Amino acid sequence: MASEKGIKLLDFWVSPFGQRARIALAEKGVEYEHKEENLLAEKSELLLKSNPVHKKIPVLIHDGKPVCESLIIVQYIDEVWPDKAPLLPSDPYQRAQARFWADFVDKKVFECGGRLWKLKGEEQEAAKKEMIEILQILEAQLGDKKYFGGDTFGFVDVAFVPLTSWFYSCETCANFSVEAVAPKIVLWVQRCMERESVAKTLSDPKKVYEYVRFLKKRFRIE
Amino acid sequence: MAGSGTSDVKLLGAWASPYVVRARIALNLKEVQYEFLEEQFGTKSELLLKSNPIYKKIPVLIHDEKPVCESMIIVQYIDDVWINSGPALMPADAYDRALQRFWTVYVDDKFVPSLFGIMRSPTEEAKAEAKEQALASLQLLEEAFGKISKGKPFFGGDTIGYLDIALGSFLGWMKAFEEMNGFKLLDDTKTPLLCAWADNFCNNEVVGAVIPETAKLVELAKVMQARYKSAPPAN
Repeated sequence: MASEKGIKLLDFWVSPFGQRARIALAEKGVEYEHKEENLLAEKSELLLKSNPVHKKIPVLIHDGKPVCESLIIVQYIDEVWPDKAPLLPSDPYQRAQARFWADFVDKKVFECGGRLWKLKGEEQEAAKKEMIEILQILEAQLGDKKYFGGDTFGFVDVAFVPLTSWFYSCETCANFSVEAVAPKIVLWVQRCMERESVAKTLSDPKKVYEYVRFLKKRFRIE
Repeated sequence: MAGSGTSDVKLLGAWASPYVVRARIALNLKEVQYEFLEEQFGTKSELLLKSNPIYKKIPVLIHDEKPVCESMIIVQYIDDVWINSGPALMPADAYDRALQRFWTVYVDDKFVPSLFGIMRSPTEEAKAEAKEQALASLQLLEEAFGKISKGKPFFGGDTIGYLDIALGSFLGWMKAFEEMNGFKLLDDTKTPLLCAWADNFCNNEVVGAVIPETAKLVELAKVMQARYKSAPPAN
């Protein structure tokens, strides 16, 4: 694997984590080879070799060297291609805030969202309550800013926006409305979708829902 | 933003928390003067609740009244602000940084839960499983050390860096568990590189000053274990 030049991204079409990397690469105007892994079948040798610890996508392979974990990949991309579309602010305090909120999104949104569509009854209600709280916290953090990063699209925006394709699935499975609890977030999503990097990358929420229904059948959650 | 002499730096913490140790090591390496505000075990001060409303947890670094939360975010912040003081905590090369970040996440997500699983496990069986997972994690970290240190004493090379701080801050608790359970987590035959690294780390004067004493941690662990045993079973 050592001295193969170029950039490869190991990905899975619906993965919001892979989409973080794709948005970052697009913002920076970086050319790369996109390799779709079929996670529903066997993992490729390249994936197993590039991420032996977790065997997960996304993996960015730069000149033969693998970088794993989506937010680490985004930071790497930001550092290697610093001249265009900087994603992390230059001020240390603002950087710390950006890292904190991206980490919050990581810890809270996907996991809680997963419980929303996987569980039923009381457990689902509990997850719904939690998700509403999480969205309200993020709504407050966004406030009246154009992006989480302020006037410029940044690290937290990249971290969060791919997860918003899953809102429709959460709303449908758990019967609630994101717009009702976090209208500013919904408008922020629309603004992000005006960016080519985001529009070309995010999955159609209806396709995500089809995928969620497929998973539910496969794991007999119905 | 000025040097350590003119800015106001406070750290909310507790002596036994390895996450707080991380922040203290970073501050000490950078020779930053700071006020350590000890939280009392079992309670949360108003300042903590105000400074970290999301998680209500220590450590919190308060720099010129502005709070920074999450231990490794604090470490990166310290490295970014006090850039001209002490060693760089992050390597210069972007790929090396990505590697140290990866293994730091691994420490937090995989190693630490299995380590504390040893104390928290209700049955001997669960305890044995936690121990196996902790040992397996350390084996991977041993291999990572071989690649990342490039023959030098620390993950960071000649000086203590980001990943050293992330993992090394848990050495106090690791020694406590070894003593309490009569087994070795770091072993000369299985993890010789990490054994040498642990010695170098703990013998560093800046670190030695803040890593809690094994005997005190053992005492605390016994108190905490009694609490876990007497607490009603989690559903």
